[in-house]
Amino acid sequence: MSTETTVKGSMGVPMKRKEDPRFIQGKGNYVDDLSFPGMLYMAIVRSPYPHAEIVNIDISEALLVPGVKAVITGKDLEAAGLGWLPTFHGYDKQMVLAIGKVLFQYQEVAAVFAESRGAAADGAEAVQVEYNPLPVVADPFTSKTDAVLLRPDRESKTNHIYHWEVGDRDKTTQALAASDTVVKQRMWFPRCHPAPLEPCGCVAQFDAMGRLHFHVTSQAPHVYRTAISIVTGIPEDKIHVISPDIGGGFGNKVPVYPGYVCAIVGALKIGRPVKWIESRTENLTSTGFARDYHMDVEIGATKDGTVTALKVSTLADHGAFDAAADPTKYPAGMFGIVTGSYTFPVAHAEVDAYFTNKAPGGVAYRCSFRVTEASYAIERGMDMLADELGLDPVELRKKNFVKKEQFPYPSALGFTYDSGDYHHTLEVALEKIGYKDLLEEQARKRAKGELMGIGFSTFTEVVGAGPSKHFDILGIKMFDSAEIRIHPTGSGIVRAGTKSQGQGHETTWAQIVAEELGLDPQNILVEEGDTDTAPYGLGTYASRSTPTAGAAIAMAARRIRERARKIAAHLLEVGEGDVEWKDYRFQVKGVPSKTVTMKEVAFAAYTNMGQNEPGLEATQYYDPPNMTFPHGTYIAVVDVDRETGEVKVRRFLAVDDCGTIINPMIVEGQVHGGLTEGFAIAFMQEIQYDKDGNNLNTNFTDYLVPTSLESPHWETAHTVTPSPHHPIGAKGVGESPNVGSPAAFVNAVIDALSPLGVRHIDMPITRDKVWRAIRDADAKKG
Amino acid sequence: MIPAAFDYIRAGSADDAFAQLQRLGADARVLAGGQSLIPAMRFRLARPAVLVDINGLKDLDYIRIDSGTLSMGAIARDSAVERAPWIQERKWSLLHDVSRVVADPVVRQMGTVVGSLCHNDPSGDWTAVALAARAELVVRGAAGERTVGIDDFLVDSFTTAVQEGEMALAVRFSVPDDRTAGSYQKVERKVGDYATAAVAVQVSLNADGTVREAGIALSAAGPCAVRVAEAEALLKGQAPTADLIKAAADAASRKSEPQADLRGSIEYKKNLAGVLVSRGLRQALARLGVQS
Amino acid sequence: MKVSITVNGVQHEKDVEPRTLLAYFLREHCGLTGTHVGCDTSSCGCCVVVMDGDTAVKSCTMFAAQADGHAITTVEGLAQGGALHPLQQAFWDQHGLQCGYCTPGMLMTSYALLKHKPNPTDAEVREELAGNLCRCTGYNNIVKAVRQAAETLQAAPAQK
Repeated sequence: MSTETTVKGSMGVPMKRKEDPRFIQGKGNYVDDLSFPGMLYMAIVRSPYPHAEIVNIDISEALLVPGVKAVITGKDLEAAGLGWLPTFHGYDKQMVLAIGKVLFQYQEVAAVFAESRGAAADGAEAVQVEYNPLPVVADPFTSKTDAVLLRPDRESKTNHIYHWEVGDRDKTTQALAASDTVVKQRMWFPRCHPAPLEPCGCVAQFDAMGRLHFHVTSQAPHVYRTAISIVTGIPEDKIHVISPDIGGGFGNKVPVYPGYVCAIVGALKIGRPVKWIESRTENLTSTGFARDYHMDVEIGATKDGTVTALKVSTLADHGAFDAAADPTKYPAGMFGIVTGSYTFPVAHAEVDAYFTNKAPGGVAYRCSFRVTEASYAIERGMDMLADELGLDPVELRKKNFVKKEQFPYPSALGFTYDSGDYHHTLEVALEKIGYKDLLEEQARKRAKGELMGIGFSTFTEVVGAGPSKHFDILGIKMFDSAEIRIHPTGSGIVRAGTKSQGQGHETTWAQIVAEELGLDPQNILVEEGDTDTAPYGLGTYASRSTPTAGAAIAMAARRIRERARKIAAHLLEVGEGDVEWKDYRFQVKGVPSKTVTMKEVAFAAYTNMGQNEPGLEATQYYDPPNMTFPHGTYIAVVDVDRETGEVKVRRFLAVDDCGTIINPMIVEGQVHGGLTEGFAIAFMQEIQYDKDGNNLNTNFTDYLVPTSLESPHWETAHTVTPSPHHPIGAKGVGESPNVGSPAAFVNAVIDALSPLGVRHIDMPITRDKVWRAIRDADAKKG
Repeated sequence: MIPAAFDYIRAGSADDAFAQLQRLGADARVLAGGQSLIPAMRFRLARPAVLVDINGLKDLDYIRIDSGTLSMGAIARDSAVERAPWIQERKWSLLHDVSRVVADPVVRQMGTVVGSLCHNDPSGDWTAVALAARAELVVRGAAGERTVGIDDFLVDSFTTAVQEGEMALAVRFSVPDDRTAGSYQKVERKVGDYATAAVAVQVSLNADGTVREAGIALSAAGPCAVRVAEAEALLKGQAPTADLIKAAADAASRKSEPQADLRGSIEYKKNLAGVLVSRGLRQALARLGVQS
Repeated sequence: MKVSITVNGVQHEKDVEPRTLLAYFLREHCGLTGTHVGCDTSSCGCCVVVMDGDTAVKSCTMFAAQADGHAITTVEGLAQGGALHPLQQAFWDQHGLQCGYCTPGMLMTSYALLKHKPNPTDAEVREELAGNLCRCTGYNNIVKAVRQAAETLQAAPAQK
């Protein structure tokens, strides 16, 4: 009989994070904190040219620098069969160290190994490389002409990487032609970069048994282990990947970088541990960038504002290698979500990708695999349509939203949106922002010539990759996993195949287990990131962790509960069928006073289990049946200074619907962070290359991260439309703020400038661009 | 990013520092705040053979007001100005404004005013302020100490009147009278960025409300911060009307010779210079209780 | 050259190259890895430590040699006698951190800030933290944390 006091649930509790004590005391374990006896430091020699033949590499001076132990080049790697690396996407490969030629400025050319950071830097400086510059292809439009072939190593002798399309081209073209109104706009989502504050890095160490211990900033440690095994030939059991604490990922730490391979080769060749930590400049110029989609958007509608058709044609700039970490069958990611929250009867989307002399990548920065680009296109497009028709953008959206009763809704581009309530979320947002009052204020201000704007983004995104039917990375299906073990005294440990880089899994995964098992989340230890102990998972990115691993954890916990029920029956001296789980404990059906807690059962699992198998643990590998579809309504209110072009974000409200919320404090924090990134993208971030292929934004003085002073104060709220298929109804939320916010900011600015006839401005919306748009519009009038 | 190797000397006194600089010439750089020098060294754009660290020289760490002069020693920190007990006084409003927008709040705790002036970055803040306030610097050379007016001190981008082997010891500002106020207007994309455009304004009025003297200078508007003498002349002796302010702003716009870069086009920056002069003048006058 | 720095009350005397930055001196020579390096241009503030009790400095933009003879406080020196400093407690209470990489710098800048401005408004906190970048939190909760710590310290000054 239970003598325990009331056991509470843990779902929806804003409990403080369990991982924080080490971080607030400066006792986190990041890769650069590691040190091993005899450890060497690695530095990379990089190309100053965007496109050039390598005539010669002279390492003799470098080898004479005190402290330098070795230097390797592309030729050395090629001889060892390691010259090229498969990209995650699988459609391409990339050079580890340049072989024959370089294809982007700052590309890796040689690796220097030395006794200290200073010696490695001195050694890198002493490597002499002779280049023969080649003509530069600095944009995808030029690339398309194939006047300069960038990748002679590929069989298809063209800069065109792939063509992808979805939907019905002919029907869409016809529907547009027959529409009362068509808005058409070229929109560029510029190249930007996730820039987590901790740069990428690793320590490679072979032990006395010949096992590689690879400590690395990886959002997907198991995939790294498999990939490294495939690339190097080292058997997978001899590889131990450890992702320790990671200082931000945002997709930047998903790809396997050349530096990692070089560090492993160096450690193997020299027989000493090798540490490689990149600089911020290296991070911004060579690691996975995001976006760079030139999109031609066409939306057709009847004159009363019912949408009839959507056509989007995109030119994608992938840089020198197609290293965009998309699932295999989706070279353009989830771009097909571009019909957004609306009932387009017909649509067509296509993407043509090209190589250029720029850093490789494409999928990063909380993009949910190109959902950021798609959401921007449709939300901007709908605003332009509203403007064209003279309709309030809110009315236009309401008119065309998928209605609550229409779910599950099959979109014209092949997604089945399983749940949502767009109208409700929008109403909540309108009320909270005080839309009517804002419109009145705007009317008053406009009469005085003041520029105030209100911008909306009512996005639907698609995350949770993903069902094995459709999704794989390097052939590995995108399931995830959990292993839970409960100890005799009611504590437990859960290991998952995901890897938090700040998302708070040490707390939220414990909350799921605690909720399912009626235990104290403070005593559920969470481990991720060690491939020797964690079950195989695909990692954390694209808001997939809660939809996949979160589900696996809930289901593994339920398996434990099933086993525990048998032991409970034994303790309560009734048949199994007479025991039910109620109010976080086991009860004899119909006899509420006869209960036993999970804690008591846990003890019995080891001390008094009867005929049952001893112990209390379970493992679950979870193949999600569908993606999840978080949605939201974001509203931005801005004031524009005519004379300086400065845009002040006066208010920003994010109402998110991510289904069931595990920890509202953590969800809110994720939203705050993503909104700040979306704000940066909308107003100040771009990785630009000039026409000669020179990277113009190589460090934080030129690639701008907003400070606490520029960043607006964020307001958040939630609606809850649970996922119908997820065991706890959760959908994921980490990427929604990046997906939804850029369009809200841009729409607000354009709304402010619309009395002047301004229709569109590409991001980043700089002061100069705003000032110019105002000046040109005033000139037209006067 | 690790600097190239160098030798380090910690100066024991101002005399010692000077002697080292005289001895080493072009091989040596003074290390004061280091907030411009050290980043340049980390990129190996600056590779001094020797650094002479003057941070320990307490004799050079002062900010004092004495007989009508505000003097700041070579290692007086930006943050010391920001937190000076007199910084809220209206007559010091130009220094008040700039001391809050130089670099960022942490860099300001090491960065020095004299160091900024000696660095003479085209987009620096203190240089424009020194011009508007008509400051002067004390420089020690082989022939002894001399005073150099700010107009002569700023020679070209990253070049000043401090020659090889010499050392700047202090900057001096005249204490303004009670009919003086200023304003520093800086447009930056984010805190810590160089100015897209910046304007320093200091205005002194006569008893009858006309302008006795105006100091107007632009930063990020050419190879060095630049005085808009034309605008100063326009205002001198006149009542500061809206038309006059506009004329002064237009003169500033014309005088501005910015570079096009990621912060903006030449056109935009020139326009901004005018806008900021207008705003700066209006704020300084408003501080003096004058509506314009 | 020999450099002697008192870090969190303990003297560390090491023989280092003059070009050794204070950040690496602390991390590699003193074994205090709480101070982080996040950029090349003194922009991010992950490396902020406090010198001589109340001056926040970017330790990646200072040579260890400059700190010779001075006292440095790092994040590891905030807690006293096993008790968290009110700033640390506040960051935890207010969810002012996610990945934790900017956190030591934020704590040390805030520590110095509260010495000079014990009662800052939200706007003042945002101004004073503008030398420290964060990618994860969007700053809302960091501002709340600093305000909470300011209140706690005002109520119980002995904890400073």
